[in-house]
Amino acid sequence: MSITTFAIISIIKSIAVIFVLLTAVAYSVWLERKVSARIQNRWGPTRVGPFGLLQPLADGIKFIFKEDLTQPYVYKTLYIASPIIAVVFAITAISVIPFGNSITIGSITTPLQITDLNIGLLVVLGITSMGVYGVALAGWSSNSKYSLLGGLRASAQMISYEISLGLSLIPVLILAGSFSLRDIVNSQRHLHWNFFYIPFGTIAFFIYLISAYAETNRTPFDLPEAESELVAGYHTEYSAMKFAMFFMAEYANMVTVACLSTLLFFGGWLGPVFGPPIVQSLLPVLWFCLKVFFFMFLYVWVRWTLPRFRYDQLMAFGWKVLLPMAIANLVATALVVAWRA
Amino acid sequence: MLHLTLFLFFGAICVAGAVNLLVQRHPINSALSLVAVMASLAAEYLLLGAEFVAAVQVIVYAGAIMVLFVFTIMLLNAGEEERSKGSRVAILLGIPGVAIGGVLVAWTLLRHSNTAAVPMFALPGDPRAIARLLFHDFLLPFEVTSILILIAIMGAVVLASKPEAVARGPKRED
Amino acid sequence: MVPLSYYLLLSGILFGCGVLGFLIKRNIITIFMSIELMLNGVNLSFVAFAAHWHALSGQIFVFFVMVVAAAEAAVGLAIIIAVYRTRETLNVDQVNLLKL
Repeated sequence: MSITTFAIISIIKSIAVIFVLLTAVAYSVWLERKVSARIQNRWGPTRVGPFGLLQPLADGIKFIFKEDLTQPYVYKTLYIASPIIAVVFAITAISVIPFGNSITIGSITTPLQITDLNIGLLVVLGITSMGVYGVALAGWSSNSKYSLLGGLRASAQMISYEISLGLSLIPVLILAGSFSLRDIVNSQRHLHWNFFYIPFGTIAFFIYLISAYAETNRTPFDLPEAESELVAGYHTEYSAMKFAMFFMAEYANMVTVACLSTLLFFGGWLGPVFGPPIVQSLLPVLWFCLKVFFFMFLYVWVRWTLPRFRYDQLMAFGWKVLLPMAIANLVATALVVAWRA
Repeated sequence: MLHLTLFLFFGAICVAGAVNLLVQRHPINSALSLVAVMASLAAEYLLLGAEFVAAVQVIVYAGAIMVLFVFTIMLLNAGEEERSKGSRVAILLGIPGVAIGGVLVAWTLLRHSNTAAVPMFALPGDPRAIARLLFHDFLLPFEVTSILILIAIMGAVVLASKPEAVARGPKRED
Repeated sequence: MVPLSYYLLLSGILFGCGVLGFLIKRNIITIFMSIELMLNGVNLSFVAFAAHWHALSGQIFVFFVMVVAAAEAAVGLAIIIAVYRTRETLNVDQVNLLKL
């Protein structure tokens, strides 16, 4: 495959994936509103389109036309740059996520992934580490009490739970033997999903899930942006499109976490495959999307079921409970794998 | 050709970030330009094939150490630098001194510029090979640095805590 | 094909900027960041030489430099916070007496 063909195919794949991701982000907002409404015994959006399906479009138009208040006392450059930083790092993480096996159109065969790096998992961890900057700088540059406290709390929480997030993924690496996300999924063939690797895979999955909920600032760890606590935390002083960008960044992070959960613990795109070749290429993508949808639903379900942690309880839990458990799980997995080999 | 173009591109970002760190008066701008330097250094490591080192540079340096710096600047509410007599003397003597040292080093390096070219991705540092070295030949330094980090954590917690909290001892859990 | 001396030149420029920042800056946090810049310049020359001599131990040493830099940044920033609590200033010119 020549370099120009490769470049054109990569550009097409990137545009398609980003388009699908932004649509997924918009409709995860719809999902949240509908599911939360049903949990609370009410209807949710029903007026705009059938089942309220055009509600995200209406919300987008509303955000574009809202008045963009810019206070005079903010640090201008960082105030405008923070939502951009948050959104850029949230969307970049999708570039190493594989959606299925390769697809063959005409004479060109290309994997269903923007790029398959052999350090793919490390890249995702690095991008989530950099995502802390958007939150911290937003809180600081808004030059207001609530924003600064919310920003500090949110970023302290994110960097505390990053550690147990990374450590909980190492047993998966030990079992798979590679950092490449495609290799990790391929090591889970024939229902050898990492979630079913009792007990270490299951424990690793739950530690990962809890750490990821804290990392994306979602309930029960959403004290930094809870309305009754700190007005709105680090995005208090943001309105209209900039607030929409923080919103998009949060939901894009949720989608990334859901994708990683399916890839690392639930077998990614693996599932029953049958039929002609074009169906065989697209059926894994369907299984992947169904699993990701389940994790997004789980996110919303947990949010509207559990009360939120107090900040000191949150930090104590992260450092004193999750971190030792993640390290113990890692040591135990390494010992068992080495003993069996 | 591609290697040289990419090297010059990321090298320009590195140098621009380093110079911006010196020129900016507010520490938060210096911190963010240092993050830009570290990110472009990660790209330079990728050009040399050190992929694991590049990923660790982003995760540890740009994603953790610099976040710590940004936190401290936010917590202590650091303001812009003022000019004082000491700083004027330092600028007057420091810039020519470092410039002379820099010119010497550059002249020595470029005089021997017939050193071998380093091809792109010269030494693939994949995680497997690095792990083999790190846990076999360099096991003792690895364990010693982990103890060093533990000591640093304990020292930082004690130094940054409020004085009466340390004197009173651990609080009762409620 | 980039000659090795170009990598060393870039590393030297970064190190020189770090030394310059250490000398001319008055804010203690910026001085610390200049130290980190010096360490990064040294890391680049380690990786460049590792690629030149095909010795992977150059890249291993970069890890140890990063670990030491992390430990030093943590302890140094804790000291800065402790000094700020008593002297209320971040300017190194004003921290010139042992007694408050």
